[in-house]
Amino acid sequence: AAAMSMNADLRRERAAATFQPELLTHILDGGPERTRRRKEIEALVLNDPDFQHEDLNFLSRSQRYEQAIRKSSLMVMKLREYGIADPEEIFWFKSFVHRGRPEPLDLHLGMFLPTLLTQATPEQQDRFFMPAWNLEIIGTYAQTEMGHGTHLRGLETTATYDPATQEFILNSPTVTSIKWWPGGLGKTSNHAIVLAQLYTQGQCKGLHAFIVPIRQLGTHEPLPGITVGDIGPKFGYDEMDNGYLKMDNFRIPRENMLMKYAQVEPDGTYVKPVSDKLTYGTMVFIRSIIVGDSARSLSRACTIAIRYSAVRHQSELKPGEPEPQILDYQTQQYKLFPLLATAYAFHFVGAYIKDTYHRISGDINAGDLSELPELHALTAGLKAFTSWAANAGIEECRMACGGHGYSRCSGIPDIYVTFTPSCTYEGENTVMMLQTARFLVKSYTQVSSGQQVTGTVSYLNDLSRQRIQPQHVAARTVTVRINDPLSLVEAYKARAARLVEAAAKNLQAELNHRKSKEDAWNRTSVDLVRASEAHCHYVVVKLFTAKLSEVSNAAVRAVLTDLCLLYALFGISKNTGDFLQAGILTSAQITQVNQHVKELLAVIRPNAVALVDSFDFHDVHLGSVLGRYDGNVYENMFEWAKKSPLNKTQVHASFHKHLKPMQAKL
Amino acid sequence: SVNPDLASERQTASFSVEKLTALLDGGAEQTRIRRAVVEAIESDPVFSRENQYFQTQNERYEAAVRKAVHLQKKMHEMGWTENGPEYKYIYRALSGDVAFLLHRVFMRSISVLGSDKQIAKWIPPATQHQLIGSYAQTELGHGTYLQGLETTAVFDIATQEFILNTPKISAMKWWPGDMGRSATHTVVFAQLYIHGKCYGIHPFIVQIRSLQDHSLCPGVTAGDIGPKMNFEHIDNGYLMLKNVRIPRDNMLSKFCEVRPDGTYVRQGSQKINYFTMTTVRISLISDEVLTPLMKACTIAIRYSAVRRQSKLKPGEQEAKILDYQTQQEKLLPQLAAAYAFHFINDYLQKLFDRGYREIQRKNFDMLPELHALSSGFKAVITHHCTAAVEICLRACGGHGYSLLSGLPSLYTKILASCIYEGENTILLLQTARFLIKCFMAASTGQPVPPSVTYLAAVKPEKCPAKKKSDFLNPDIYTEAYQHVAVRLISSTAAKLQDLVQSGVKKYDAWNQCTVQLVQAAKAHCHYITVKNFAETVEKLETKAGIQRIMKHLCDLFALHGIFSNTGAFLHDGYVSAAQMDMVTASYLDLLAVIRKDAVPLVDAFDFTDKSLNSALGSYDGQVYQRLYEWAQKSPTNKMSPAYERYLKPLLHNTLSKL
Repeated sequence: AAAMSMNADLRRERAAATFQPELLTHILDGGPERTRRRKEIEALVLNDPDFQHEDLNFLSRSQRYEQAIRKSSLMVMKLREYGIADPEEIFWFKSFVHRGRPEPLDLHLGMFLPTLLTQATPEQQDRFFMPAWNLEIIGTYAQTEMGHGTHLRGLETTATYDPATQEFILNSPTVTSIKWWPGGLGKTSNHAIVLAQLYTQGQCKGLHAFIVPIRQLGTHEPLPGITVGDIGPKFGYDEMDNGYLKMDNFRIPRENMLMKYAQVEPDGTYVKPVSDKLTYGTMVFIRSIIVGDSARSLSRACTIAIRYSAVRHQSELKPGEPEPQILDYQTQQYKLFPLLATAYAFHFVGAYIKDTYHRISGDINAGDLSELPELHALTAGLKAFTSWAANAGIEECRMACGGHGYSRCSGIPDIYVTFTPSCTYEGENTVMMLQTARFLVKSYTQVSSGQQVTGTVSYLNDLSRQRIQPQHVAARTVTVRINDPLSLVEAYKARAARLVEAAAKNLQAELNHRKSKEDAWNRTSVDLVRASEAHCHYVVVKLFTAKLSEVSNAAVRAVLTDLCLLYALFGISKNTGDFLQAGILTSAQITQVNQHVKELLAVIRPNAVALVDSFDFHDVHLGSVLGRYDGNVYENMFEWAKKSPLNKTQVHASFHKHLKPMQAKL
Repeated sequence: SVNPDLASERQTASFSVEKLTALLDGGAEQTRIRRAVVEAIESDPVFSRENQYFQTQNERYEAAVRKAVHLQKKMHEMGWTENGPEYKYIYRALSGDVAFLLHRVFMRSISVLGSDKQIAKWIPPATQHQLIGSYAQTELGHGTYLQGLETTAVFDIATQEFILNTPKISAMKWWPGDMGRSATHTVVFAQLYIHGKCYGIHPFIVQIRSLQDHSLCPGVTAGDIGPKMNFEHIDNGYLMLKNVRIPRDNMLSKFCEVRPDGTYVRQGSQKINYFTMTTVRISLISDEVLTPLMKACTIAIRYSAVRRQSKLKPGEQEAKILDYQTQQEKLLPQLAAAYAFHFINDYLQKLFDRGYREIQRKNFDMLPELHALSSGFKAVITHHCTAAVEICLRACGGHGYSLLSGLPSLYTKILASCIYEGENTILLLQTARFLIKCFMAASTGQPVPPSVTYLAAVKPEKCPAKKKSDFLNPDIYTEAYQHVAVRLISSTAAKLQDLVQSGVKKYDAWNQCTVQLVQAAKAHCHYITVKNFAETVEKLETKAGIQRIMKHLCDLFALHGIFSNTGAFLHDGYVSAAQMDMVTASYLDLLAVIRKDAVPLVDAFDFTDKSLNSALGSYDGQVYQRLYEWAQKSPTNKMSPAYERYLKPLLHNTLSKL
């Protein structure tokens, strides 16, 4: 196609921005040097002919898997060739190669190798690590079973020690115990780290990890006693061979149990591990990645929807005038700008968790775990809070693109189906919220018994003070200034405090009525989830607000302040009941909040395109005809459609097979 | 055999499932006819959907065409006719997996917009499928705003023909179903030009493919628009026209005609035509919106009764996830919504039947109200049900993400309903325009249509509830909904007036209030839905426990709406903070009550396993066995070329430099 110039609407939008998008990009990347390096790696991948291929939307699942495995092999080779070893740089490289999609070696690189490093003995590392590093062994991590995900203790796979042969006998005793979902298990891997209930000397010792060969080296055929395959088509993850694994009296040597911590001696004696708190650290790390992923996925969807809304014209705003850009409609702004603000908020939250993790990981290695429980509780909730919001936000962006959003050429369906499982994996969101709630209730109980709490929950300390000097509802409300982010942080804090207190009290009331603690907890769980959500919401508003003072460029700070205010005020307008019921805001103030939200929409409008440009997604990575940087949407939709598989022949085969005979008969 | 966890759920039903099914169908006789149609379709292997989740777009399309062709034969064989009582159940029995749906729209538009002569010419061959039609309205650059369409039809007096053109890329017809590969003809909407003057949008019958070899006609470019989130079986198409000439007689001319000398004549009233468009919005609710939600509820609730996870009490077996309050809070309100919308749909159907009779008697008084109701309810119901299906999907955890659960395809299909037949935000604004107008009329004492008379009534300023059980009184919550609707409509009307009085142009004032207007329209529809549900329950027979369980669902639907939108009710103090705590308590209590009947309540929807096509939702609850068996049928479990080509060299270290 001939080189096309930039769409006039987008050119005008970009010229009118009040700030330089590159400066904001630097903030998101963590400095100009990081931006430069990211773009360097991006160019390395995108200019490499080995990583080019047909649009994946036109390929079958098998073909997509094949493309992914081809690219993954090359990726591993090239990463080593270029000497890229920094985890973040590897992440970028991988993400550009696979355009933000999962790939069949994810579990090998992300779980199998790291688990060997952390849980294998030196002898086991000798045996497995180098072959795995060189991809003679490709492994996955088989934990989830068909009948068990969240509740790990319920896993049914067994590993029974046989001292006579010094082997473990692995079994999948029921249909529900079949390993189900592990990525790369179906077709790619020849080994798996299998989590199973360990039985030795007639006793169950709980879950342990075992290295299990599943396919014959050389032929790749499943080994005798192993049934393995792909679990079939899914909503997304077409590139990934999520698999099943069934084991029937499958024997592995004693040395294949990962024995850095717990051990089984040759005679079957079980030696207990020291502590299991260390796994907290890994979970915090993985959840910080999901928070970052929420931000990135929502940013991509916003980029597409906002650029398209600047290009698309429809209907009339003023009689007799040309059709306006749909981005000029208040309802369209109301759908998209709060999501844009949310994407920025989550970027800063993700960066904060990652920094905090790195800051305290030194302490963790030194054995100081004091900060870990809070961080663990907080990240559980933030993982759920951000992934829920991003999940819903991506769908809103798609809806905001009307009919064309429904076409796969918009790219948003793909973002959605790739992202939505993060509400489930690494901890189902409701379960995560309840973990956070457990911590909140515990902190509340501490405060009630006169102790002080620290960290993000320190606002609970104020509750006891209020009880001593009960304030009138009206006295508290006047303090909120709706133009001041810091004052809004206080409002969110008060809401969180009120909902935590309400949930804790309801829980106590249930406990007074019932015998079982679990039953009382269950009957309060809706309240508890609401309390956790309010707590997380407060943390997000607080972190966004705190970020503003770190921004030195005045123009950038101004636009981020608008977004921060919009995020905070929109959150209030969507949850007015909480603020009203607690007497934090009056009805008159709520009306002002609603009005101010609408004013902010108009304020942000001129910078909307520049704000998504700042996310700096390359067109190839964005994968969207609607969201193209140059805005030449319609011409390229037509070009794209011509490549559809249904258009391969001018007259479809079914005409001769079905249509023509029918017309002849009737 | 039925999974004992599911069997036990059925033993304790508080009502007769069969009676409830009959109520939903509109009588036991209707249930019998529906079941007979379903049985006839499902026992025929041509209509099987067994491999649907494994098929490519090309395969899905071919199967849909094959089914459409076979359906003609089947109908003949069974003695079903388009006017018979069986007809409306066929589509449901096929789960919509059939081609040529737009062919029906093609025929209907000719019947409605065509002259008697045109009807006589086109309908018989179309009925015989000697030609296959489509309906080409939407363009690449225009959907909602019809006046903006760019396709042109220029009248050429010399040859007595219209010359059709796609003047630019954004004018290309885009999206029409059946047009990408199948259709031979289509109704094209284009701007009519005579002697250089534009007369606006008109419909034209255009042949696009040869009736002999199906090749494209001269001047026609057409094809498939590529993969979408769903509807792989439908060939949504594009169409470009270059100097395509059609005879003068091909302009559908019941209302507007171009005479041979180029004179343009408008005749008759188009109101009945608008009414037809309006009824389409209502007619899609049952098959395209309620059925998917009911299926999703069936799958998610049965699965939640089979799935066990974690322990509620130490030492006991792992609990059914349906016993967790958080899971109930996700699913049961969706179940209640399915019933609420079923009843409002009944109400709307009856109202529209009455409207149709009035309009045939040339009485157009009901039109504005019917238009406002159809717009608002189409938007509210599609939006609500789409969100509800997604909740069901995510409530099934990892397994919900598998296509074999059936939930992803239900979701991707229902969500298209938020866009087609009018984008939801635009529709709500149309309802809002009607409400504002009625509010103004009511406040000056003028008469208003029946559904909005409440705007004029004077009601108490405070909710009278004293204890939590008061919120199980339909009068209490219906009035609360009414209060919120009145407040939102009146405050927005006042705001609009203020803006206009302060000198803002009317259209600017309107755009500045659109966010509030949308909220007002939603509140109105929500109120009517609650009110209708409560009134329906009132009239139900008390026998067989039906009324009692429907009352619970009505309460749950109403209280869920308050619980998830507390601010709207607290705003002006109508509901106090203390009363809101009562609402929450009452609402959470109800979850536990309805929990006991959850499985029977979805059983009453009476979907066969074949129609659910879900490994998680089958009647017998043998979830895991089925999931395992179905997965093995996946084409990905045949040896993939990826091993020989890429994996083998990788594993054998023969990739250079590794």
